[in-house]
Amino acid sequence: MTFRKYLVLAGVSVFASIGDSMLSRGMKDMGGVSLSRLHTLLAALRDPWIVGGILFLLAFFSAYMTALSWADLTYVLPATSLGYVLLALIAKFVLHEQVTTLRWVGIFLIAVGVSAVASGPELTHAHQREPEPELASVQEER
Amino acid sequence: MRHAYTWGAILVIVVASVAGDVLLSRAMKQVGNVDELRKRSGLFAVIGRVLQNSYFLLGVAAMAVAFFSLLFALSWGDVSLVAPASASLTFVGNAAAAKFFLHERVDRRRWMAAALVACGVAFLAG
Repeated sequence: MTFRKYLVLAGVSVFASIGDSMLSRGMKDMGGVSLSRLHTLLAALRDPWIVGGILFLLAFFSAYMTALSWADLTYVLPATSLGYVLLALIAKFVLHEQVTTLRWVGIFLIAVGVSAVASGPELTHAHQREPEPELASVQEER
Repeated sequence: MRHAYTWGAILVIVVASVAGDVLLSRAMKQVGNVDELRKRSGLFAVIGRVLQNSYFLLGVAAMAVAFFSLLFALSWGDVSLVAPASASLTFVGNAAAAKFFLHERVDRRRWMAAALVACGVAFLAG
């Protein structure tokens, strides 16, 4: 894993959180949308929060596609879940929702899960897998 | 009634996201390492190659379904319920789907990570 790759994974987390939060803010401005008034969703495209949210989600999408081109889905998803921690912080400090003790426990569990997957290899496909240099040299010594 | 709508939307989000993630992951594995590809043949060649991949287009369609369900759900529920609840279920669904459809080696470490993150995300909703 290079620094650039970590940067891409960080981009996935951060852009998704900001995008989701902006969409949430925008949809709260709109009020409830019901199945019988589907056209109100089109009006949502005129809301600056919604447009901003969509732009951030586009940035998220390019970073996500880049990450998936060199890492497993089961690596990218947990590794980028730090975004939900960020989302909780945005919910507390920007949207003024309440962050309870239970949520802090959740944040801790996510952090443990992220570190578990991040300490392993990012790609497990047999046909694409190359032995890591350290591992290869250890095996040669044996 | 509002709750039934919200959880119904969450279910649609989960099924559509899992399908989308698996399709997109397969597409990008076919395309190959984007960073190296861009160095060799430029950004537009990469974009063209991604856009021509049929798994990518199917994946985007599935993601669009997930996205509009998310828009619905966000207009009824808190972002701190809808986003974590759908994400939590998506993690577990994706770990299983990646094993069966993408043949990723989902070892104990990865199951543990998926489960911990899913639990953590569920707690965020509590």
